[in-house]
Amino acid sequence: MSEVIKKFMYVNRKAPYGTIYALESLEVVLIGAAFDQDVSLAFVDDGVFQLTTGQDTKDAGMKNFSPTYSALGDYDVNKIYIEKESLEERGLTLDDLQDLKYEDEDEDWAEKDSIRLVSREELAQLMDEQEVLLSF
Amino acid sequence: MAMLHTVNKSPFEKNSLDSCIDHALEGSSILLFEDGVYGALKGTTISDKVSQAMGNVSVYVLGSDLRARGLSEERIIEGITVTDYPGFVDLAGSHDNVQSWL
Repeated sequence: MSEVIKKFMYVNRKAPYGTIYALESLEVVLIGAAFDQDVSLAFVDDGVFQLTTGQDTKDAGMKNFSPTYSALGDYDVNKIYIEKESLEERGLTLDDLQDLKYEDEDEDWAEKDSIRLVSREELAQLMDEQEVLLSF
Repeated sequence: MAMLHTVNKSPFEKNSLDSCIDHALEGSSILLFEDGVYGALKGTTISDKVSQAMGNVSVYVLGSDLRARGLSEERIIEGITVTDYPGFVDLAGSHDNVQSWL
């Protein structure tokens, strides 16, 4: 379809459920995945809470959309950047987050980690390299 | 006058909990719900302030909002009481007034 491939980064800075931002971002990422761009997701500030394991929304009366993140790899969305400082400020480690994977078609579909832990400084550089930034 | 203070915003995004604690008088209660439940977590940049406040005020957190966010009760600062919707109603009823920190 389009021969122009741009670097897109979705910046997620909000906790899930309290506002609609997290769910809307995920919807836009999945729609955007159809356009074959170079996509990455950044989870910064309260955005890191979106990926916590064991979310159970039964008693809160809301839809649990957290299992959908594990489908991102199937849509070739496999660069998921987590900011280290944001985790630490919130008493979290990577162990508290979903272990997202993807299958690398260039290496006989070997399973690889989508999650990349980066420092605030590294993330600032990554943001600087993007052509399109979408903030949620 | 025993006041029930409610906080439903993340302490990392807004200063609602910070300001609530600074205005809560001895004998009053604070209920954390929705994104406010993140204020009940151990080992964060605000957990020391919450722990200190608990010398003067009772702190409650809504269990269903914790579970929705994948936060188990072991992650919660010791001394915070986990409650449910009927408990929320009882707290509102047993205090003289309710102040919402948005």
